[in-house]
Amino acid sequence: MSIVSTSVAEATLEQAEGMGLRPEEFEMIKEIMGRTPNFTEMCIYSVMWSEHCSYKNSIKWLKTLPKKGSHMLVEAGEENAGVVDIGDGLGCAFKIESHNHPSAIEPYQGAATGVGGINRDIFTMGARPIAQLNSLRFGKLNNEKTKWLLEGVVKGIGDYGNAFGIPVVGGEVFFDESYQTNPLVNAMSAGILSTDKIISATAKGPGNSVYIVGSATGKDGIQGASFASKDITADSANDLPSVQVGDPFQEKLLLEASLELAETDAVVGMQDMGAAGITCSSTEMSAAGKVGMKIDLDKVPKRQEDMKPFEILLSESQERMLVVVHKGKEKIVEDIFEKWDLHAVEIGEVVEGDKVTFSMKGEIVAEVSAHSLVLGGGAPVYDRESKEPAYYAENLKFNIDDIEVPDMDRIKRIAAALLGLPNIASKRWVWEQYDTMVGTANMCTNKPSDAGIVNIKGTNKAIALTVDCNARYVNNDPEIGTQIAVAEAARNISCTGAVPSAITNCLNFGNPYNPEVYWQFEGAIKGMSRACVAFGTPVTGGNVSFYNQTAKEDGAASPVFPTPTIGMLGVMKDKSLHTSLDFKYKGDLIFMLGDSKNCLGSSEYLSTLLEVKNSPAPYFNLEEEVKIQACVRGLIENNFINAAHDVSDGGLYTALVEMGMPGLLGFDIVSDSEIRMDAFLFGEAQGRILVSLVEEDEDNFLDYIGEQGINCTLLGHVTKGKIHVDGDHFGFINEAKHTFDTSLEKRMAAI
Amino acid sequence: MKFGVITFPGSNCDQDIIYVLRDVLMQPVEELWHKDTDLKGCDFIILPGGFSYGDYLRSGAIARFSPVMSEVVKHANSGGYVMGICNGFQILCESGLLPGVLRHNENQKFICKNVHLKPASSSTIITENLDKYKAYKIPIAHAEGNYFATPEQMKEIQDNDQVLFRYCNEEAQVTSGSNPNGSLDNIAGICNKSKNVFGMMPHPERAADFELTSTDGREIFDGMLKAALV
Repeated sequence: MSIVSTSVAEATLEQAEGMGLRPEEFEMIKEIMGRTPNFTEMCIYSVMWSEHCSYKNSIKWLKTLPKKGSHMLVEAGEENAGVVDIGDGLGCAFKIESHNHPSAIEPYQGAATGVGGINRDIFTMGARPIAQLNSLRFGKLNNEKTKWLLEGVVKGIGDYGNAFGIPVVGGEVFFDESYQTNPLVNAMSAGILSTDKIISATAKGPGNSVYIVGSATGKDGIQGASFASKDITADSANDLPSVQVGDPFQEKLLLEASLELAETDAVVGMQDMGAAGITCSSTEMSAAGKVGMKIDLDKVPKRQEDMKPFEILLSESQERMLVVVHKGKEKIVEDIFEKWDLHAVEIGEVVEGDKVTFSMKGEIVAEVSAHSLVLGGGAPVYDRESKEPAYYAENLKFNIDDIEVPDMDRIKRIAAALLGLPNIASKRWVWEQYDTMVGTANMCTNKPSDAGIVNIKGTNKAIALTVDCNARYVNNDPEIGTQIAVAEAARNISCTGAVPSAITNCLNFGNPYNPEVYWQFEGAIKGMSRACVAFGTPVTGGNVSFYNQTAKEDGAASPVFPTPTIGMLGVMKDKSLHTSLDFKYKGDLIFMLGDSKNCLGSSEYLSTLLEVKNSPAPYFNLEEEVKIQACVRGLIENNFINAAHDVSDGGLYTALVEMGMPGLLGFDIVSDSEIRMDAFLFGEAQGRILVSLVEEDEDNFLDYIGEQGINCTLLGHVTKGKIHVDGDHFGFINEAKHTFDTSLEKRMAAI
Repeated sequence: MKFGVITFPGSNCDQDIIYVLRDVLMQPVEELWHKDTDLKGCDFIILPGGFSYGDYLRSGAIARFSPVMSEVVKHANSGGYVMGICNGFQILCESGLLPGVLRHNENQKFICKNVHLKPASSSTIITENLDKYKAYKIPIAHAEGNYFATPEQMKEIQDNDQVLFRYCNEEAQVTSGSNPNGSLDNIAGICNKSKNVFGMMPHPERAADFELTSTDGREIFDGMLKAALV
């Protein structure tokens, strides 16, 4: 047994608690080690057992999610990201991850490094990233802090992603006061790989060499993982050194070098360094391969002099990877990184056993059991208490009859106002700052559709990608709201003609030690499981971000809306099926698949314009939803429709305007005498899809709908530009488009 | 005619232009590396878009010191064709092969969107086969595309008919509202006096593939090939 240096003092309980460990966890560590850990070892345990790395408060529930599927090549938890078979010998690796806490205090770098981190997760597996998406949540927009956060986050995502050179093909931005001091920044990336060349994050073969490649190691981001595992408070700005600094140029070089490396036979395994840097990558790779490692910290290229062992071990300096190389093939690795002017330095070797040993200046500074540190190994697993919050019962008491039905003049004013609300209006101000076209594969630039469609050049295929979560629905009913999030993602993909394939999730919640937050979490997982089984879309991985809450002026804090963001992948076998959402010709018929409902629950109209906070999730029926989506895919495959768009936030009126704007075409529709006018136009009942078709296809269309047993209504027809509802004039499409397009930029410019 | 596309560290549109030249236009393409010291017999050199060397000093300012650039300068000075797109245009301005500079966009933001271009000069291989009254829909994607030149440089550019394209609206009218970034005289692209070195901020290679349902860029390449191959 090796002797651990005594020059590093034994850790104390006080230090352990200062690093976010609980007293009972400190005892567990002593038991595992058979002695009291030294300060460096305590640091290692504190980050590896942090919520961020260990999932200790969520893993019990995460294990209940459906992970299996005949098309799954790499399942959730096995590698850095899940991989789905898309045919032709190709796989798609995709994942979503949060960078909420760093973005709350340093929005530019916080968001930028979020983009960097998620892309590294993809290319470390040997996949070339081809598309990015992001899902953002902020507080109310009429607030200077919110504008500062929004500007910083968007610029951070743009500057990093644009230079890295991967197009943004989709995303969402949502505003609510629950996110006032704790914005959510969720970044997703998808990459394509050859299924016979997946690189594993596993260390194997004692005697093989361990390399650190990419950037030098500095003091930035030390203990970022622990920082991400505590509440955001007024003092969080003091944690600024916990925020990393990104360099997209280094990331681009690292991408190209890593993918060149993937083409060789030199690599045993590779993992990117994200949270907890060298510590996490070395111990996780060792644990995965049931081996140990010996690492010499003196050999790690450093940015600063005199870095202490714990600083080197915990540094979250960006754009680095740990690579295990077959003995004798070191030269191959060094030559490739030399070509790209990047560091590639041998810092250790794989050894037998389970111990990862770090030494410096000839002394062992830490020796830990890899297995004891990791999720699925010795990391703690907790049950948490949950309790239904009082507001839930209040929501269910909502009675639509308590809301007065507006007269037609007011309906028109509401229709116009709705289009300008931050949650409904165009996010053009945001996405024009992202490069959406680099890579020449984004098929939606000139053909907008409900999900982003990315061309797989050289094949007949395309993939469809979307991120969705209406967190107000989830807050009002976690279980149904999360089912809706999955259903909406699937609906968006189905409306393009693609088939939903698998999901990744980013679970953003408040403090898990708050039983009401945990109740939301449990409900969300139950809902997600149910919906994913129904759509045949397994969960391939993702991340959990707890401790998201907004500080109140009185010092108290309230959790953000529970926000289980769903990132979904779909596969389009024949890219000529790609169906856009825009009306094509004046005179085309407009049909709605699914039924109108007397439902206002959780709508923008009810919640934002009428300021009614307590209402249930909108109408939703999972079985109907599955049928209706299959139906729209069938209509597309048979070429019976020329546009498809789902009814979601803002309701039917917003959806029709969205279909009209690209071609500047209007619509003339009739309402339903059984349904209140406000519910008909602005209600957000789920399970509805709008389609348009040329009149000649009407018989074929109706026959097909009849065969499928789907309810469907003829709403009206496409006009040259006028908007009519029951003969009442609602203005022209170009006026609606002006409101929709410019509202966000006007609000950003307003002081 | 053999095309050579240079990859600088940080280039990210190199594969896009190679794809269009090789797979869409069926032209021979040599992939050149910034450390190369010869142009491998290429006739037409393209400097692609991206963020060469991270663009940390000023866009294109470091790339001009790349080993391959001294060969590009020689090639240009002996009459060979050189074209820079986006970051490539910035590099050509920094290296003195084209007049003027590209400043930060007027709104201080990165802008990515479709814009419209009106061909100007009819005495260059890039524009001579294009319709002078048509608005070509081509995307831009840059933070520093705001073209500026001194009054003396501008006079020379005008006198020698060196403007390739101007930003215009959908009706091919050159208006201030159709200028996306504040460029002087709505200039989107220019050439040198001898009309063998070309630079433009918009990306024609992003509008050249039928699968993306936007193909005005292809007309620019087709016209150029027709003129250059005569």
